[in-house]
Amino acid sequence: MATENLVYERPEAFTEMPTHYCPGCTHGVAHRLIAEVLEEMGVIDRTIGVAPVGCAVFAYNYFDTDFVEAPHGRAPAMATGIKRVLPDRVVFTYQGDGDLASIGMGEIVHAAARGENITVVFINNANYGMTGGQMAPTTLPGMKTTSSPNGRDVETQGYPIKVAEMLSTLAGVGYCVRRSLHDPKNIRLAKKAIRTAFETQVRGLGFSMVELLSTCPTNWGITPVASLKFVEEHMIPAYPLGDYKISEAIKQVKI
Amino acid sequence: MPKELWKGNEAIAEAAVRAGLGAYFGYPITPQTEILEYLSRRMPELGRAFVQAESELGAINMVYGAACAGVRVMSTSSSPGVSLMMEGLSYIAGTEIPAVLVNVMRGGPGLGNIAPSQGDYYQAVRGGGHGDYPRIVLAPASVQEAIDLMGLSFDLAEKYRMITLVILDGSVGQMMEPAEMPPMQEAKRKGFDWATDGAMNRERRVLSSIYLNPHDEEQTNFRLLKRWKDAQASEVRYKEYFLDDAKYIVVGFGTAGRVALSAVREARAQGIKVGLLRPITVSPFPYEALDQLTGQAEAFLVTEMNMGQMLDDVQLAVRGRVPVEFYGRPGGVVPFHDEILDEIHRIASGPLAVQSNPRESWLARMTA
Repeated sequence: MATENLVYERPEAFTEMPTHYCPGCTHGVAHRLIAEVLEEMGVIDRTIGVAPVGCAVFAYNYFDTDFVEAPHGRAPAMATGIKRVLPDRVVFTYQGDGDLASIGMGEIVHAAARGENITVVFINNANYGMTGGQMAPTTLPGMKTTSSPNGRDVETQGYPIKVAEMLSTLAGVGYCVRRSLHDPKNIRLAKKAIRTAFETQVRGLGFSMVELLSTCPTNWGITPVASLKFVEEHMIPAYPLGDYKISEAIKQVKI
Repeated sequence: MPKELWKGNEAIAEAAVRAGLGAYFGYPITPQTEILEYLSRRMPELGRAFVQAESELGAINMVYGAACAGVRVMSTSSSPGVSLMMEGLSYIAGTEIPAVLVNVMRGGPGLGNIAPSQGDYYQAVRGGGHGDYPRIVLAPASVQEAIDLMGLSFDLAEKYRMITLVILDGSVGQMMEPAEMPPMQEAKRKGFDWATDGAMNRERRVLSSIYLNPHDEEQTNFRLLKRWKDAQASEVRYKEYFLDDAKYIVVGFGTAGRVALSAVREARAQGIKVGLLRPITVSPFPYEALDQLTGQAEAFLVTEMNMGQMLDDVQLAVRGRVPVEFYGRPGGVVPFHDEILDEIHRIASGPLAVQSNPRESWLARMTA
């Protein structure tokens, strides 16, 4: 009789909600990595997530933790309010690039500057997904979106914002890295970074953020496979992967 | 507690602390900055949360987060800053969680000035943020009343899971008066069965203001309205002065009501049968009290430090049965009591016609 080995299952931190994300979108991967990390750290029952406005507006449907839903861009402020009154809980925000790098730029910069002990997972897919693919602060020069139909013209529409590099200049930041979700190796590295970010928080070592280069096949108008290739060939050169700030205390942490 | 000399803004801060304030988030703006400054010292010494936010947007969303966690939380600001907080207020209302916001009003619109005003009555009472939502609005007229209303503001916010606004003008915030503080309450989380404080030994909770199905949102609107009906039935508060035999009734809130009281006293000394109704809750508004007074009144005079905003509510209560006249000083000007006394004389010397828009004749008199 053949024996069956279970090699893959739903993480404990996930609910049974079927996904609403588009086929080929890497939001699901990012969600799963967070869920696995929360489970491995044993903090599911003391975690409070803060959902953004954007495609991940329904993030609270997937995680089996307490969750709140922030106004557009304000997740770091809400997370600050929660963490300051519940300092022993684990508080994270999950934000896209329109949410974090455009309308919420003030909130993210100042949460980082204050060194709030929160963890931010930042999804950079170079467009506003939920509203149908408009230009984001992270849209690449020349990239066509529904609000830059001839391609982003930097002369009139400005240049992309490199969030991880920018936040890494702030003294309140303990851990700030950029990773990508375009292949299994990078997904593993992304998970390790998410784990390190949460470890930064539970040790009280300051603000932590993981920027994740992600796909948006639907709004990019290409297949999921071509989207992964686009990340590798076009996103990574514009947004280099790397460790932008790891404080000395976190370097000592062994995971 | 013995009486002490308290500045309005600092009194509000200390009264909130004594009401069990667990967290404060604010941003500097005149004429309320002393609240922020006072709490920047007071909250940390009690081990409670204090953050000077990067903006009023940041402050109100920190309030939103802490309110979700189930603590007594407050922000304070002044008119332009409160406009920035309207986004957060609407979300807090839609999430059905308690929070307190104090608006020490100043002259507007726009940057306006830093003088005392009541120009934000509509914004406070009618909404300001998007969507349908009721809110409780308290309007103190003295430092002592501001102290007394701080504790009530948290109690009402929690009882009705609703925003409570405390609106006062810059003069109450800045003046010093003898006042008595209530005893200290600890800042303990009360174990609300809706708070998102970590799903330990219970099912997880989600707090949001999103109802993608319009029928669910409609039911939420109905739920808010039903809760509001309860507040309307139980929470109307106002002060009556010389109303028993009054033929002329002045209506004013906050400082305008307080100045009117001096005028009413003087008119009484001159033998004019005039009284004053000063709403303390401007939302829920004392419609019923005014409706009943319409039976005895020959005319009403509404006094405000704006262009006639509460005037609408008085007219709704009086429903055209007797004349309603208006006297206001907008833009940051505080009326002197003799201005209101002149108005009382004008009204008592009648006869007056019922006007659909008393602002027009008021404006004509003011700009003649």
